[in-house]
Amino acid sequence: MSELRPPTRLKSVALRKAKSAAFTGLLWLTGAIAMVPLVLIIGYVLIKGTPVMSGAFFTQTAPPPGMPGGGMAQAFMGTGLIVGIGTLFSVPLGVLTAVYLSEYGRGRLATVVRFVAEILLSTPSIVAGAFIWAVVVTTMHSFSAIAGSIALTVLMWPIITRATEETLRLVPNDLREAALALGVPRWKMVLRIVIPTAGSGILTAVMLAVARGFGETAPILLTSLGNDFINTNPLQPTDAVPLRIYNYAQSAFTQWQSLAWGGAVSLLAAVLVLSIGARILSDRQQRRLG
Amino acid sequence: MSDGLDIVGLSAWYGTDRVLADVQMEIRPGQVTAIIGPSGCGKSTLLRCLNRMHEELPNARATGSVMFGDWDLYAPDSDPTDVRLHIGMVFQRPNPFPTMTVFENVVAGLKLRGHYDRVNLKERAEQAMRQAGVWDELKDRLNKPGGRLSGGQQQRLCIARALAVEPQVLLMDEPASALDPISTQLVEDTIVQLKNEVTIVIVTHNMQQAARISDRTAFMLRESAERPAALIEIDDTRQMFTKPIDKRTEAYITGRFG
Ligand SMILES: Nc1ncnc2c1ncn2[C@@H]1O[C@H](COP(=O)(O)OP(=O)(O)O)[C@@H](O)[C@H]1O
Ligand SMILES: [Mg+2]
Repeated sequence: MSELRPPTRLKSVALRKAKSAAFTGLLWLTGAIAMVPLVLIIGYVLIKGTPVMSGAFFTQTAPPPGMPGGGMAQAFMGTGLIVGIGTLFSVPLGVLTAVYLSEYGRGRLATVVRFVAEILLSTPSIVAGAFIWAVVVTTMHSFSAIAGSIALTVLMWPIITRATEETLRLVPNDLREAALALGVPRWKMVLRIVIPTAGSGILTAVMLAVARGFGETAPILLTSLGNDFINTNPLQPTDAVPLRIYNYAQSAFTQWQSLAWGGAVSLLAAVLVLSIGARILSDRQQRRLG
Repeated sequence: MSDGLDIVGLSAWYGTDRVLADVQMEIRPGQVTAIIGPSGCGKSTLLRCLNRMHEELPNARATGSVMFGDWDLYAPDSDPTDVRLHIGMVFQRPNPFPTMTVFENVVAGLKLRGHYDRVNLKERAEQAMRQAGVWDELKDRLNKPGGRLSGGQQQRLCIARALAVEPQVLLMDEPASALDPISTQLVEDTIVQLKNEVTIVIVTHNMQQAARISDRTAFMLRESAERPAALIEIDDTRQMFTKPIDKRTEAYITGRFG
């Protein structure tokens, strides 16, 4: 009996190795399958969109229907304006809320604030748009870039709040204690020690929120409306890249459809750059604190 | 010379768990007082009550008095940040600020409080680093990040940071328990040299260390989790380690429990 053992064991080791290899292979395959849609989307958008991307695409407005050339400069300007003002609103608000929640909030108010942020985070963006339309657009009697910025703030604020609170909580408590024990007041400890230590994590949060802001269509449609011409007045109706894609994609003119694809490439590039940048920053942050 | 501390009727809680009850204890000026006792007996809690750091933990509170000269640190109008300006602290785990350089770490207390003389900053940093025994090692690395040092260097950097603001009392919670023998030696040297200038209270689980560096030793004990900890005995260190009065002290020192 005992002489039979070694070959049996060898066989079972071989079997186990084979099983393990098969399983690893399966996992690789699943991973690869998950990548397929991403690669397909990026590839397809690039093929359809890049031919139209020239200097004119970024500097000119729409060509007359049926004519070649032109671009969507007014949409790029508008997106910059709307998202820029929205970022200006939502970053201080979001960071302050996160600081409150992480450094001060222990009572019922903190629970309520956290709950509100949670709800807003999962609110459909068109609902936020409709709300701002009712509150801001109707009282100002005009669609405007600023109304769009406010709608985006409703969507970006909870993203920044949630992600910033998470990074603030990653800052080791030892550092807070070290500062307090030096006789530093709490607010100064937060400002000079906690926030700088969380630094790139907060930047990551902002980048994720901005990426979201770039792509929003429905709330902008209800608040900024769109505009065929370049507008730099925040109180006037303003165009945005996703709006323009939405409009041109439905049009009957092939040139307009191409421009829509070009817009899609621009959005995709911006979002990819922001997400990858955010990823790199947060990895670096984790290594620094880890 | 600095004032000592007179602890009168000090009690401390975590939530409903009363860890200290009516502690009375005198910390003499210009001396090193060691606090020893088994793990969990309230040494850190007592220490953190002395600069009002205890109350920074969630649900933690303390009552009673700690007299610093004629200042009751627990008086209603006594501001905890003022207390900590005079009574510094070194923690068990080194905690340099990772976003700051070595130099910035040392002068962090001075800068963050806003009262400092730019010209003097360098001198003060050098003096504090010499006192903490890190000047020679780190003088060429003043602009390197503070978090990239060895554990022992980090801890001595933290001691320099606490000393740079010239506290009158320095509280140290097992400052060498995570350090290598050489760093431990340097920390002990620092403590011995600081004596007479700064009043030092050090918590240590290392009885040889208490015997080597302290003038007086306090022994604490929490006999059951249901009851608060008590100060069993405080006396001259030599007396404590040779002829303790309480038999529980003797049992602990001779290694029969804890
Ligand atoms: N943050 C805390 N929350 C609740 N209980 C605590 C906390 N810190 C310490 N304790 C309790 O208080 C008692 C004393 O702890 P501590 O002062 O840290 O003791 P030591 O420093 O002597 O080891 C222990 O029983 C411990 O369980
Ligand atoms: Mg302790």
